Amino acid sequence: MCLGVPGQVIEWLQRDPTFGLAVVEFAGVRRQIHMACVPEAGVGDYVVVHAGIAICHVDEAEAARTLAEFARLEQLHTDADSSLQSDSESDGLTS
Amino acid sequence: MRHVDEFRSSSTCLRLLKQIRETASVPWVLMDVCGGQTHGLVKSGIEQTLAGVVELIHGPGCPVCVTPAEAIDFAIQLVTEENVLLATFGDMVRVPGSRQSLMQARSMGADVRVIYSPIDAVTLAQQHPDRQVVLFAVGFETTAPATALAVLQASEQRLGNFSLLVSHVRVQPAMEAILQMPDCRVQAFLAAGHVATVTGFHELGSLSDRYHVPVVVTGFEPVDLLMGILDCVEQLEAGSCRVSNQYGRHVQQRGNRAAQAIVERVYQVATTPWRGFGQIVEGGLRLREPFASFDACNRFQSLAETAERDPDVCRAADVMAGRIKPKQCPEFGITCTPDAPRGAPMVSSEGACAAYYRFQNRPPQ
Repeated sequence: MCLGVPGQVIEWLQRDPTFGLAVVEFAGVRRQIHMACVPEAGVGDYVVVHAGIAICHVDEAEAARTLAEFARLEQLHTDADSSLQSDSESDGLTS
Repeated sequence: MRHVDEFRSSSTCLRLLKQIRETASVPWVLMDVCGGQTHGLVKSGIEQTLAGVVELIHGPGCPVCVTPAEAIDFAIQLVTEENVLLATFGDMVRVPGSRQSLMQARSMGADVRVIYSPIDAVTLAQQHPDRQVVLFAVGFETTAPATALAVLQASEQRLGNFSLLVSHVRVQPAMEAILQMPDCRVQAFLAAGHVATVTGFHELGSLSDRYHVPVVVTGFEPVDLLMGILDCVEQLEAGSCRVSNQYGRHVQQRGNRAAQAIVERVYQVATTPWRGFGQIVEGGLRLREPFASFDACNRFQSLAETAERDPDVCRAADVMAGRIKPKQCPEFGITCTPDAPRGAPMVSSEGACAAYYRFQNRPPQ
Protein backbone atom coordinates (compact mmCIF):
# COMPACT_ATOMS: atom_id res chain seq x y z
CA MET A 1 0.00 0.00 0.00
CA CYS A 2 2.72 2.45 0.98
CA LEU A 3 4.83 1.52 -2.00
CA GLY A 4 7.14 4.36 -2.99
CA VAL A 5 9.33 4.36 -6.06
CA PRO A 6 12.22 6.76 -6.64
CA GLY A 7 12.24 8.47 -10.03
CA GLN A 8 14.09 11.33 -11.68
CA VAL A 9 12.37 14.59 -12.57
CA ILE A 10 12.77 15.08 -16.34
CA GLU A 11 10.61 18.12 -17.04
CA TRP A 12 8.15 20.37 -15.25
CA LEU A 13 4.88 20.60 -17.22
CA GLN A 14 2.97 22.91 -14.93
CA ARG A 15 3.89 24.96 -11.85
CA ASP A 16 0.91 25.35 -9.53
CA PRO A 17 0.34 24.83 -5.77
CA THR A 18 -2.48 22.34 -6.42
CA PHE A 19 -2.08 21.23 -10.02
CA GLY A 20 1.73 21.09 -10.29
CA LEU A 21 2.75 18.38 -12.75
CA ALA A 22 6.07 16.98 -13.99
CA VAL A 23 7.40 14.13 -16.11
CA VAL A 24 9.25 11.66 -13.89
CA GLU A 25 11.30 8.73 -15.18
CA PHE A 26 11.48 5.32 -13.47
CA ALA A 27 14.10 2.97 -14.97
CA GLY A 28 13.31 4.29 -18.46
CA VAL A 29 9.52 4.55 -18.02
CA ARG A 30 8.15 8.09 -18.02
CA ARG A 31 4.96 9.15 -16.22
CA GLN A 32 3.20 12.38 -15.38
CA ILE A 33 3.39 12.89 -11.63
CA HIS A 34 1.65 15.40 -9.36
CA MET A 35 4.23 17.60 -7.63
CA ALA A 36 2.23 19.61 -5.05
CA CYS A 37 4.22 18.08 -2.16
CA VAL A 38 7.68 18.72 -3.68
CA PRO A 39 7.41 22.20 -5.22
CA GLU A 40 11.16 22.73 -4.70
CA ALA A 41 12.25 19.70 -6.81
CA GLY A 42 14.37 20.62 -9.79
CA VAL A 43 14.97 18.88 -13.11
CA GLY A 44 17.44 16.02 -12.51
CA ASP A 45 16.45 15.59 -8.85
CA TYR A 46 15.07 12.31 -7.56
CA VAL A 47 11.68 12.15 -5.84
CA VAL A 48 9.80 9.25 -4.24
CA VAL A 49 6.43 8.65 -5.89
CA HIS A 50 3.44 7.03 -4.22
CA ALA A 51 -0.04 6.70 -5.78
CA GLY A 52 0.72 9.15 -8.56
CA ILE A 53 2.12 11.95 -6.43
CA ALA A 54 5.66 12.74 -5.33
CA ILE A 55 5.78 12.50 -1.52
CA CYS A 56 9.39 13.48 -0.85
CA HIS A 57 12.68 14.61 -2.26
CA VAL A 58 15.57 12.11 -2.24
CA ASP A 59 18.55 13.37 -0.25
CA GLU A 60 21.39 12.51 -2.64
CA ALA A 61 24.14 13.44 -0.17
CA GLU A 62 22.65 11.19 2.49
CA ALA A 63 22.28 8.28 0.01
CA ALA A 64 25.93 8.70 -1.01
CA ARG A 65 27.03 8.90 2.62
CA THR A 66 25.20 5.64 3.49
CA LEU A 67 26.71 3.81 0.51
CA ALA A 68 30.20 5.09 1.35
CA GLU A 69 29.72 3.82 4.90
CA PHE A 70 28.75 0.36 3.56
CA ALA A 71 31.80 0.33 1.30
CA ARG A 72 34.04 1.28 4.21
CA LEU A 73 32.60 -1.49 6.44
CA GLU A 74 32.86 -3.99 3.63
CA GLN A 75 36.52 -3.14 3.12
CA LEU A 76 37.19 -3.45 6.85
CA HIS A 77 35.54 -6.87 6.98
CA THR A 78 37.24 -8.08 3.82
CA ASP A 79 40.61 -7.15 5.26
CA ALA A 80 39.77 -8.85 8.56
CA ASP A 81 38.45 -11.94 6.76
CA SER A 82 41.45 -12.40 4.51
CA SER A 83 43.75 -12.40 7.52
CA LEU A 84 41.54 -14.67 9.63
CA GLN A 85 40.40 -17.09 6.88
CA SER A 86 36.81 -16.42 7.91
CA ASP A 87 34.06 -18.96 7.26
CA SER A 88 31.70 -16.23 6.15
CA GLU A 89 30.67 -18.27 3.09
CA SER A 90 28.51 -20.38 5.37
CA ASP A 91 26.38 -17.35 6.24
CA GLY A 92 23.65 -16.45 3.93
CA LEU A 93 20.12 -15.83 2.86
CA THR A 94 18.37 -19.13 2.42
CA SER A 95 15.79 -18.27 -0.19
CA MET B 1 16.96 1.44 -10.57
CA ARG B 2 18.92 4.16 -8.78
CA HIS B 3 18.38 4.42 -5.00
CA VAL B 4 16.98 0.86 -5.04
CA ASP B 5 19.53 -1.56 -6.53
CA GLU B 6 22.38 -0.32 -4.33
CA PHE B 7 20.36 -1.38 -1.29
CA ARG B 8 19.99 -4.97 -2.50
CA SER B 9 23.70 -5.83 -2.42
CA SER B 10 24.05 -9.45 -1.29
CA SER B 11 27.54 -8.93 0.12
CA THR B 12 26.31 -6.05 2.31
CA CYS B 13 23.35 -8.21 3.40
CA LEU B 14 25.69 -11.02 4.41
CA ARG B 15 27.84 -8.64 6.46
CA LEU B 16 24.78 -7.26 8.22
CA LEU B 17 23.35 -10.72 8.92
CA LYS B 18 26.66 -11.75 10.44
CA GLN B 19 26.73 -8.62 12.57
CA ILE B 20 23.15 -9.20 13.77
CA ARG B 21 23.97 -12.80 14.71
CA GLU B 22 27.06 -11.69 16.59
CA THR B 23 25.21 -8.92 18.43
CA ALA B 24 21.95 -10.61 19.48
CA SER B 25 22.33 -12.55 22.75
CA VAL B 26 18.62 -13.44 22.96
CA PRO B 27 15.89 -13.61 20.30
CA TRP B 28 14.53 -10.09 20.67
CA VAL B 29 10.99 -9.51 19.39
CA LEU B 30 10.80 -6.78 16.73
CA MET B 31 7.58 -5.60 15.12
CA ASP B 32 7.21 -3.92 11.74
CA VAL B 33 4.09 -1.85 11.11
CA CYS B 34 4.18 -1.64 7.34
CA GLY B 35 2.93 -4.25 4.89
CA GLY B 36 5.68 -3.37 2.43
CA GLN B 37 8.27 -4.19 5.06
CA THR B 38 6.45 -7.39 6.05
CA HIS B 39 6.66 -8.51 2.43
CA GLY B 40 10.28 -7.41 2.12
CA LEU B 41 11.25 -9.41 5.22
CA VAL B 42 9.48 -12.57 4.07
CA LYS B 43 10.26 -12.32 0.35
CA SER B 44 13.99 -11.74 0.84
CA GLY B 45 14.24 -14.66 3.26
CA ILE B 46 15.39 -12.42 6.13
CA GLU B 47 12.55 -13.63 8.35
CA GLN B 48 13.57 -17.30 7.93
CA THR B 49 17.31 -16.66 7.90
CA LEU B 50 17.14 -14.88 11.25
CA ALA B 51 14.79 -17.42 12.87
CA GLY B 52 16.06 -18.04 16.39
CA VAL B 53 18.26 -14.93 16.26
CA VAL B 54 15.52 -12.31 16.32
CA GLU B 55 11.78 -12.84 16.13
CA LEU B 56 10.10 -10.67 13.52
CA ILE B 57 6.39 -10.10 14.07
CA HIS B 58 4.11 -8.02 11.93
CA GLY B 59 1.75 -5.34 13.17
CA PRO B 60 -1.25 -3.67 11.57
CA GLY B 61 0.79 -2.49 8.59
CA CYS B 62 -1.86 -2.87 5.95
CA PRO B 63 -4.48 -0.10 5.86
CA VAL B 64 -6.78 -2.21 3.72
CA CYS B 65 -6.69 -4.91 6.42
CA VAL B 66 -7.81 -2.56 9.18
CA THR B 67 -10.61 -0.90 7.18
CA PRO B 68 -13.78 -1.78 9.11
CA ALA B 69 -16.23 -4.18 7.46
CA GLU B 70 -18.96 -1.55 7.85
CA ALA B 71 -17.02 0.88 5.63
CA ILE B 72 -16.88 -1.81 2.92
CA ASP B 73 -20.58 -2.58 3.46
CA PHE B 74 -21.35 1.11 3.03
CA ALA B 75 -19.28 1.23 -0.17
CA ILE B 76 -21.21 -1.77 -1.48
CA GLN B 77 -24.50 -0.06 -0.63
CA LEU B 78 -23.36 3.01 -2.56
CA VAL B 79 -22.62 1.05 -5.72
CA THR B 80 -25.63 -1.28 -5.54
CA GLU B 81 -28.37 1.05 -4.25
CA GLU B 82 -27.28 4.53 -5.36
CA ASN B 83 -25.70 3.69 -8.73
CA VAL B 84 -22.52 5.40 -7.63
CA LEU B 85 -19.28 5.06 -9.59
CA LEU B 86 -16.84 3.96 -6.88
CA ALA B 87 -13.09 4.33 -7.36
CA THR B 88 -10.52 2.71 -5.10
CA PHE B 89 -7.22 0.83 -4.96
CA GLY B 90 -6.95 -2.73 -6.28
CA ASP B 91 -6.42 -4.27 -2.85
CA MET B 92 -9.60 -2.77 -1.48
CA VAL B 93 -11.97 -4.38 -3.95
CA ARG B 94 -11.13 -7.92 -2.81
CA VAL B 95 -11.50 -7.43 0.94
CA PRO B 96 -14.63 -9.10 2.30
CA GLY B 97 -17.23 -6.91 4.02
CA SER B 98 -19.89 -8.49 6.21
CA ARG B 99 -21.52 -10.27 3.29
CA GLN B 100 -19.43 -9.72 0.16
CA SER B 101 -16.53 -7.79 -1.36
CA LEU B 102 -16.63 -4.92 -3.83
CA MET B 103 -15.33 -7.33 -6.45
CA GLN B 104 -18.31 -9.60 -5.92
CA ALA B 105 -20.59 -6.56 -6.16
CA ARG B 106 -18.84 -5.62 -9.41
CA SER B 107 -19.35 -9.10 -10.82
CA MET B 108 -23.08 -8.47 -10.35
CA GLY B 109 -22.96 -5.23 -12.34
CA ALA B 110 -21.88 -2.55 -9.85
CA ASP B 111 -19.55 0.14 -11.22
CA VAL B 112 -16.32 -0.28 -9.22
CA ARG B 113 -13.15 1.13 -10.80
CA VAL B 114 -9.61 0.30 -9.75
CA ILE B 115 -7.38 3.37 -9.78
CA TYR B 116 -3.64 3.89 -9.47
CA SER B 117 -3.86 7.41 -8.05
CA PRO B 118 -6.60 9.18 -6.08
CA ILE B 119 -6.28 11.98 -8.66
CA ASP B 120 -7.63 9.50 -11.23
CA ALA B 121 -10.93 9.59 -9.32
CA VAL B 122 -11.13 13.36 -9.89
CA THR B 123 -10.58 12.72 -13.61
CA LEU B 124 -13.40 10.14 -13.56
CA ALA B 125 -15.72 12.74 -12.00
CA GLN B 126 -14.83 15.20 -14.79
CA GLN B 127 -15.45 12.53 -17.43
CA HIS B 128 -18.82 11.47 -15.95
CA PRO B 129 -20.63 14.68 -14.97
CA ASP B 130 -23.95 12.80 -14.86
CA ARG B 131 -22.70 10.29 -12.27
CA GLN B 132 -21.82 10.54 -8.58
CA VAL B 133 -18.17 9.48 -8.22
CA VAL B 134 -17.00 8.32 -4.77
CA LEU B 135 -13.35 7.81 -3.91
CA PHE B 136 -12.96 5.11 -1.25
CA ALA B 137 -9.96 6.79 0.40
CA VAL B 138 -7.90 4.32 2.42
CA GLY B 139 -4.28 4.39 3.48
CA PHE B 140 -1.77 5.52 6.05
CA GLU B 141 -0.14 8.96 6.26
CA THR B 142 1.76 8.09 3.09
CA THR B 143 -1.44 8.12 1.04
CA ALA B 144 -3.26 10.95 2.81
CA PRO B 145 -1.48 13.71 0.81
CA ALA B 146 -2.72 12.14 -2.44
CA THR B 147 -6.37 11.93 -1.36
CA ALA B 148 -6.17 15.40 0.22
CA LEU B 149 -4.79 16.73 -3.06
CA ALA B 150 -7.71 15.08 -4.89
CA VAL B 151 -10.10 17.00 -2.61
CA LEU B 152 -8.28 20.31 -3.25
CA GLN B 153 -8.33 19.74 -7.01
CA ALA B 154 -12.04 18.82 -6.98
CA SER B 155 -12.77 21.82 -4.76
CA GLU B 156 -10.93 24.27 -7.03
CA GLN B 157 -12.74 22.80 -10.04
CA ARG B 158 -16.06 22.99 -8.17
CA LEU B 159 -16.89 19.36 -8.95
CA GLY B 160 -20.33 18.68 -7.46
CA ASN B 161 -20.32 14.98 -8.32
CA PHE B 162 -17.20 13.98 -6.39
CA SER B 163 -17.03 12.79 -2.79
CA LEU B 164 -14.92 10.60 -0.50
CA LEU B 165 -15.58 7.68 1.75
CA VAL B 166 -12.69 8.36 4.13
CA SER B 167 -11.10 5.46 5.97
CA HIS B 168 -7.61 6.88 6.51
CA VAL B 169 -5.60 5.55 9.43
CA ARG B 170 -2.56 6.81 11.37
CA VAL B 171 0.27 4.50 12.36
CA GLN B 172 1.57 6.00 15.58
CA PRO B 173 -1.68 5.68 17.59
CA ALA B 174 -1.85 2.04 16.48
CA MET B 175 1.71 1.45 17.70
CA GLU B 176 0.68 2.94 21.02
CA ALA B 177 -2.46 0.76 21.16
CA ILE B 178 -0.30 -2.33 20.64
CA LEU B 179 2.12 -1.29 23.39
CA GLN B 180 -0.83 -0.88 25.77
CA MET B 181 -2.13 -4.41 25.18
CA PRO B 182 -1.58 -6.56 28.29
CA ASP B 183 -0.04 -9.40 26.26
CA CYS B 184 2.20 -7.13 24.16
CA ARG B 185 5.48 -8.87 23.21
CA VAL B 186 7.02 -6.04 21.19
CA GLN B 187 10.51 -5.06 22.34
CA ALA B 188 11.35 -2.72 19.45
CA PHE B 189 9.67 -1.26 16.40
CA LEU B 190 10.81 -1.00 12.82
CA ALA B 191 8.95 2.21 11.93
CA ALA B 192 7.35 2.56 8.51
CA GLY B 193 9.73 4.40 6.18
CA HIS B 194 7.28 5.90 3.72
CA VAL B 195 4.90 7.08 6.42
CA ALA B 196 7.90 8.90 7.90
CA THR B 197 8.75 10.59 4.58
CA VAL B 198 5.54 12.55 5.14
CA THR B 199 5.28 12.79 8.94
CA GLY B 200 8.94 12.78 9.95
CA PHE B 201 9.92 10.96 13.13
CA HIS B 202 10.16 13.69 15.74
CA GLU B 203 6.86 12.62 17.35
CA LEU B 204 8.01 9.00 17.75
CA GLY B 205 10.47 10.17 20.43
CA SER B 206 7.86 10.43 23.15
CA LEU B 207 6.51 6.96 22.29
CA SER B 208 10.00 5.51 22.57
CA ASP B 209 10.57 7.27 25.92
CA ARG B 210 7.21 6.47 27.48
CA TYR B 211 7.27 2.76 26.65
CA HIS B 212 11.04 2.33 26.69
CA VAL B 213 11.19 0.77 23.21
CA PRO B 214 13.72 1.45 20.47
CA VAL B 215 12.01 2.76 17.33
CA VAL B 216 14.01 2.64 14.10
CA VAL B 217 12.74 4.24 10.89
CA THR B 218 13.51 1.69 8.20
CA GLY B 219 13.28 1.39 4.43
CA PHE B 220 12.13 -1.48 2.26
CA GLU B 221 15.12 -3.01 0.50
CA PRO B 222 16.96 -5.93 2.16
CA VAL B 223 19.91 -3.73 3.22
CA ASP B 224 17.53 -1.12 4.67
CA LEU B 225 15.62 -3.79 6.60
CA LEU B 226 18.80 -5.38 7.98
CA MET B 227 20.17 -1.97 9.00
CA GLY B 228 16.92 -1.38 10.90
CA ILE B 229 17.08 -4.78 12.60
CA LEU B 230 20.74 -4.29 13.56
CA ASP B 231 20.02 -0.86 15.03
CA CYS B 232 17.14 -2.29 17.13
CA VAL B 233 19.28 -5.19 18.35
CA GLU B 234 22.22 -2.92 19.24
CA GLN B 235 19.91 -0.65 21.26
CA LEU B 236 18.26 -3.59 23.03
CA GLU B 237 21.60 -5.17 23.90
CA ALA B 238 22.83 -1.84 25.28
CA GLY B 239 19.62 -1.36 27.28
CA SER B 240 18.98 1.94 25.53
CA CYS B 241 15.97 3.21 23.64
CA ARG B 242 15.73 6.05 21.20
CA VAL B 243 14.33 6.90 17.81
CA SER B 244 16.82 6.54 15.02
CA ASN B 245 16.62 6.86 11.26
CA GLN B 246 18.05 4.20 8.95
CA TYR B 247 16.23 5.63 5.91
CA GLY B 248 18.00 8.96 5.77
CA ARG B 249 17.98 9.23 2.00
CA HIS B 250 14.20 9.63 2.04
CA VAL B 251 13.24 10.65 5.57
CA GLN B 252 13.89 13.98 7.28
CA GLN B 253 13.31 14.43 10.99
CA ARG B 254 10.43 16.86 10.43
CA GLY B 255 9.10 15.06 7.35
CA ASN B 256 7.70 16.81 4.31
CA ARG B 257 6.17 20.15 5.40
CA ALA B 258 4.44 20.78 2.06
CA ALA B 259 2.71 17.39 2.24
CA GLN B 260 1.75 17.95 5.88
CA ALA B 261 0.24 21.34 5.01
CA ILE B 262 -1.96 19.79 2.31
CA VAL B 263 -3.16 17.03 4.66
CA GLU B 264 -3.81 19.46 7.51
CA ARG B 265 -5.80 21.78 5.28
CA VAL B 266 -8.19 18.99 4.26
CA TYR B 267 -8.27 16.56 7.19
CA GLN B 268 -8.41 16.62 10.96
CA VAL B 269 -7.34 13.87 13.32
CA ALA B 270 -10.22 11.71 14.55
CA THR B 271 -10.82 8.68 16.73
CA THR B 272 -11.74 5.89 14.34
CA PRO B 273 -12.58 2.18 14.34
CA TRP B 274 -9.89 -0.25 13.17
CA ARG B 275 -10.91 -3.69 12.05
CA GLY B 276 -9.79 -6.12 14.75
CA PHE B 277 -8.76 -3.35 17.17
CA GLY B 278 -11.93 -1.40 17.90
CA GLN B 279 -11.78 2.38 18.34
CA ILE B 280 -8.28 3.84 18.28
CA VAL B 281 -7.90 7.28 19.82
CA GLU B 282 -6.68 9.71 17.15
CA GLY B 283 -6.27 6.64 14.94
CA GLY B 284 -7.61 8.18 11.75
CA LEU B 285 -8.58 11.24 9.74
CA ARG B 286 -11.80 12.92 8.75
CA LEU B 287 -12.60 15.80 6.44
CA ARG B 288 -12.54 19.29 7.93
CA GLU B 289 -15.72 21.35 8.01
CA PRO B 290 -14.98 23.45 4.85
CA PHE B 291 -14.78 20.17 2.90
CA ALA B 292 -17.76 18.46 4.59
CA SER B 293 -19.68 18.59 1.32
CA PHE B 294 -17.12 16.14 -0.10
CA ASP B 295 -17.92 13.57 2.61
CA ALA B 296 -19.89 10.65 1.13
CA CYS B 297 -21.32 9.98 4.61
CA ASN B 298 -23.02 13.40 4.45
CA ARG B 299 -24.05 13.09 0.83
CA PHE B 300 -25.57 9.63 1.28
CA GLN B 301 -26.51 9.98 4.92
CA SER B 302 -29.49 7.65 5.05
CA LEU B 303 -27.31 4.80 3.90
CA ALA B 304 -24.51 5.52 6.38
CA GLU B 305 -26.89 5.09 9.29
CA THR B 306 -28.27 1.77 8.07
CA ALA B 307 -24.95 0.06 7.29
CA GLU B 308 -24.93 -3.43 8.82
CA ARG B 309 -22.45 -4.50 11.43
CA ASP B 310 -21.57 -8.18 11.65
CA PRO B 311 -18.80 -9.73 13.75
CA ASP B 312 -15.53 -10.75 12.11
CA VAL B 313 -14.75 -14.44 11.82
CA CYS B 314 -11.06 -14.34 10.91
CA ARG B 315 -8.15 -14.09 13.39
CA ALA B 316 -6.76 -10.98 11.74
CA ALA B 317 -6.79 -9.14 15.06
CA ASP B 318 -4.41 -11.70 16.62
CA VAL B 319 -2.15 -11.61 13.57
CA MET B 320 -2.03 -7.81 13.44
CA ALA B 321 -1.36 -7.48 17.17
CA GLY B 322 1.54 -9.93 16.82
CA ARG B 323 -0.10 -12.51 19.13
CA ILE B 324 0.11 -15.22 16.46
CA LYS B 325 2.02 -15.53 13.22
CA PRO B 326 -0.07 -16.14 10.09
CA LYS B 327 0.83 -19.83 9.88
CA GLN B 328 -0.37 -20.42 13.44
CA CYS B 329 -3.94 -19.69 12.36
CA PRO B 330 -5.76 -23.04 11.91
CA GLU B 331 -7.42 -21.75 8.73
CA PHE B 332 -4.15 -20.65 7.05
CA GLY B 333 -3.69 -22.28 3.68
CA ILE B 334 -6.57 -24.69 4.33
CA THR B 335 -9.88 -22.83 4.31
CA CYS B 336 -8.22 -19.44 3.83
CA THR B 337 -6.14 -18.73 0.71
CA PRO B 338 -5.69 -15.64 -1.47
CA ASP B 339 -8.26 -17.06 -3.91
CA ALA B 340 -10.79 -17.73 -1.18
CA PRO B 341 -9.81 -15.42 1.69
CA ARG B 342 -11.60 -15.41 5.04
CA GLY B 343 -10.10 -12.10 6.05
CA ALA B 344 -8.31 -9.03 4.83
CA PRO B 345 -4.68 -10.00 5.62
CA MET B 346 -4.94 -12.91 3.18
CA VAL B 347 -6.42 -10.68 0.47
CA SER B 348 -4.29 -7.61 0.32
CA SER B 349 -1.02 -7.80 -1.56
CA GLU B 350 0.52 -6.37 1.61
CA GLY B 351 -1.35 -8.42 4.19
CA ALA B 352 0.86 -10.53 6.46
CA CYS B 353 -1.04 -13.76 5.70
CA ALA B 354 -0.71 -13.20 1.94
CA ALA B 355 3.05 -12.65 2.35
CA TYR B 356 3.52 -15.95 4.20
CA TYR B 357 1.23 -17.79 1.78
CA ARG B 358 3.10 -16.47 -1.23
CA PHE B 359 6.67 -16.80 -0.01
CA GLN B 360 6.52 -19.58 2.58
CA ASN B 361 3.75 -21.59 1.05
CA ARG B 362 3.33 -24.45 3.48
CA PRO B 363 0.35 -24.96 5.78
CA PRO B 364 1.21 -25.79 9.40
CA GLN B 365 2.33 -29.40 9.88
